[in-house]
Amino acid sequence: MTYFSHSRLPEPRIAASVATSTNSHLKIDAVTKNFGSQSVLMGVTLSVAKGGTTAIVGPSGSGKTTLLRLIAGFEHPDTGRISLSGSQVAGEGDWVPAHKRNVGYVAQDGGLFPHLSVGQNISFGLDAGKLPGGHRRVKVRVAELLRMVSLDPEMAKRRPHQLSGGQQQRVALARALAREPELMLLDEPFSALDAGLRVATRRAVGKVLQDAGITTILVTHDQGEALSFADQVAVMRGGRLAQIGNPFIVYTRPADRATAEFLGDAVILDAWMEGSLATCSLGGIPVRRPPAQGRVQLMLRPEQIRIAEDGPIRGVVVDTDYFGPETTVRLKLSVPPILGKATAADHRYHGGGEIITIRHWNASIARPGAELCLRVVGEAVAFPMEDLPSTSPAGTPGTGLS
Amino acid sequence: MDLIFRARVGELLLNTVLLMLVTVPACVILGVGGAWLVERTRLRGHKWWAVLLAAPLAIPAFVNSYAWVSAVPSLAGLWSGVLIATLSYFPLVYIPAAATLSRLDPAIEQSAASLGLGAWRTFFRVVIPQLRIAVTGGALLVSLHLLAEYGAFAMIRFDTFTTAIMVQYQSTFNGPAGNMLASVLVFMCLILLLVEVRGRGNSRYARIGSGAQARPLRLPLRAYQLPAQLFLVALTALAFGLPLTFVLRWIFAGGPDSWAADEFLPALLQTLAYGLAGALATTAVAFPMAYLAVRHPGWFSKALELSNYITSSMPGIVVGLAFVTISINAAPNLYQTSALLISAYVLLFLPRALVTIRSGLAQAPKELDEAAQALGKPPLLAFLRVTLRLTAPAAAGGAALVFLAIVNELTATLLLSPNGTRTLATEFWSKSSEIDYAGAAPYALLMILISAPMTYLLFQQSKKAAGQ
Repeated sequence: MTYFSHSRLPEPRIAASVATSTNSHLKIDAVTKNFGSQSVLMGVTLSVAKGGTTAIVGPSGSGKTTLLRLIAGFEHPDTGRISLSGSQVAGEGDWVPAHKRNVGYVAQDGGLFPHLSVGQNISFGLDAGKLPGGHRRVKVRVAELLRMVSLDPEMAKRRPHQLSGGQQQRVALARALAREPELMLLDEPFSALDAGLRVATRRAVGKVLQDAGITTILVTHDQGEALSFADQVAVMRGGRLAQIGNPFIVYTRPADRATAEFLGDAVILDAWMEGSLATCSLGGIPVRRPPAQGRVQLMLRPEQIRIAEDGPIRGVVVDTDYFGPETTVRLKLSVPPILGKATAADHRYHGGGEIITIRHWNASIARPGAELCLRVVGEAVAFPMEDLPSTSPAGTPGTGLS
Repeated sequence: MDLIFRARVGELLLNTVLLMLVTVPACVILGVGGAWLVERTRLRGHKWWAVLLAAPLAIPAFVNSYAWVSAVPSLAGLWSGVLIATLSYFPLVYIPAAATLSRLDPAIEQSAASLGLGAWRTFFRVVIPQLRIAVTGGALLVSLHLLAEYGAFAMIRFDTFTTAIMVQYQSTFNGPAGNMLASVLVFMCLILLLVEVRGRGNSRYARIGSGAQARPLRLPLRAYQLPAQLFLVALTALAFGLPLTFVLRWIFAGGPDSWAADEFLPALLQTLAYGLAGALATTAVAFPMAYLAVRHPGWFSKALELSNYITSSMPGIVVGLAFVTISINAAPNLYQTSALLISAYVLLFLPRALVTIRSGLAQAPKELDEAAQALGKPPLLAFLRVTLRLTAPAAAGGAALVFLAIVNELTATLLLSPNGTRTLATEFWSKSSEIDYAGAAPYALLMILISAPMTYLLFQQSKKAAGQ
């Protein structure tokens, strides 16, 4: 009675930052921070491995930028400890100011000094007196850094306002790289760029930092950016870390419904859990680690629900949204015949009738009113029922969200 | 208390109130009318008129008075005061009104037109209400100037509180009568501040919505082009042409003798020295205040700003008297020292520096300071190399405004300056008081020349600030 094909998705790769938590570069331990009466961070614990990339992702106001500013040394934590490479930089009376932490920082708008040329910006953190070769060495280093971020060394003479947004971000990165920091903090550095430039700049920045082997922390509110950039994703919500893990794990096995919906579109259905099999309008779907038995909420990613001619599940198209490469299809599910028989006399599950949203590449296949055959691929994630009345009325409208 | 209610006080009160009741509306009409002609009609040469209408501000009111007395020696009393004050101060309304008019979103007027309002009704029902903040602000400035002005009214023998206080001071020095009169003056200033807060209102007049704004609409003048031009010619001739002409006439009449280097040069040098010292001191005091207000806003910085707003609206004569009283009673060593005079300048002109430095600090966000710290610069060095460096142009602009204000300051300088001090303003004053009009002319000309750039700077600044 299983209607799923075995997962063809790759096994989750184990991120270095998750595996080797003993060799952590940055350790944040139970850090709290209040601004006046408002608590912004409520006990955050996070560890980042040397050379790893971590994305802190969360909606605006979740405290992610505050966390980054604590790491940089722009703010003091109220309680808790922060240590870099084993030595404590904040907490319990210890305090290392920002300029002594050797942490690189790239702000949202780049934060280039408007009164200095590009070259002067990059060499701002370099001390000509301390470098062997003095000013000539500085010039060489600036050219080197500009090439590193794929910019023409001739640009050193320009002024920041003569550069495009993407170029400014690259200069800001070069400036932060100049002092060869061991840890780089990126505070939404791509969000001010337009869509095409954002992806290209993100890739270029990621490659530079990876090649240099610099531990990187990226703060962003863009889930796609977090998932593609980092090998460890920390989901932040309401001043707490809701989940930490590698991108594949947090996307496919989110810890709770809110995380699931924040990280991407999710289809949420009421289901009945027995053993490791959940029964719902989409049939019986395996769940890896069921958190509860009986009534649960089941989460699937829209891409796990495929339109297939031999699919055992039926749904009627309600409406569609055309986006070019793909079409969003809203479907009203009908009760699967087998399930209908199996549970007709059974009060445990009254499925059918939910409206879910899936995606498909072919716009012509889905006309409103058409009946489609569906198939579910892979495992689902089950969440315990939220605090709803225990006797949910039969035929509860589906909670398929997009 | 007896002193306050003497008939003399009643007379002064009547004079001062009448002066304000006539002059302020006259300034508003001339200022708003001029601004509307320049900014919203197809006036020929409106770019030139825009600058020319602000130009009378470059002529200190007491120089204006001197020129008018030279032209019409019989001038005296209320109506002469009104004439001279209106011609001197209408640019204080014109400048903010023009700045606001040039920034008004024409879409609002177009909406009014689409709702069936004609051009004139649109002007009165839509445009005028939007000018409220600019006009009340300008009217407050005119009123405060009217309360504070000494030289212009003394020259035409028109008595206001300020001239009466000066007379009391000169006859009885630190007498109770002068202090009582001053307290009435302070009271009037405070009432004006309250009225202005009320008049400003709470409505929102900022532009709502995003996107670039279209250029303002200009009404065709057609048959009114000639009357409009004639009106502006007359206004500029009276407010700017006449004083300049008479100053120049006296200079030619006086010949080279009036430029006696042994008198002229020390006055110029002392004026420059006081101006520089006062400008530097004011900027040094204003910077931390502006920094607090921008970077650490809180009750302390607000209270500091409010108290400064009130003291700086006090007439120079009140601040001068206060400094005299305090220094004589508490620190006699300080009385009539240049240090005391410079601190009075700081108190009087602090807002000019404060406003410019604040807008300059806004150009140097905290994030840049932090970026410098993340690049290994200790906080103090980061502040010096980034924040201070980026604010320097604004601070210089503020210092320039203070410098030029000090050059034209007369009342506080007369009260507080050390013996033997000669500034351009005091020297001009003593010569013209002795009816040596030819001898006074070079000082007047120099003050106008130094003031001209300040006026232009103010004019430019208002255009930038109006959008905020």
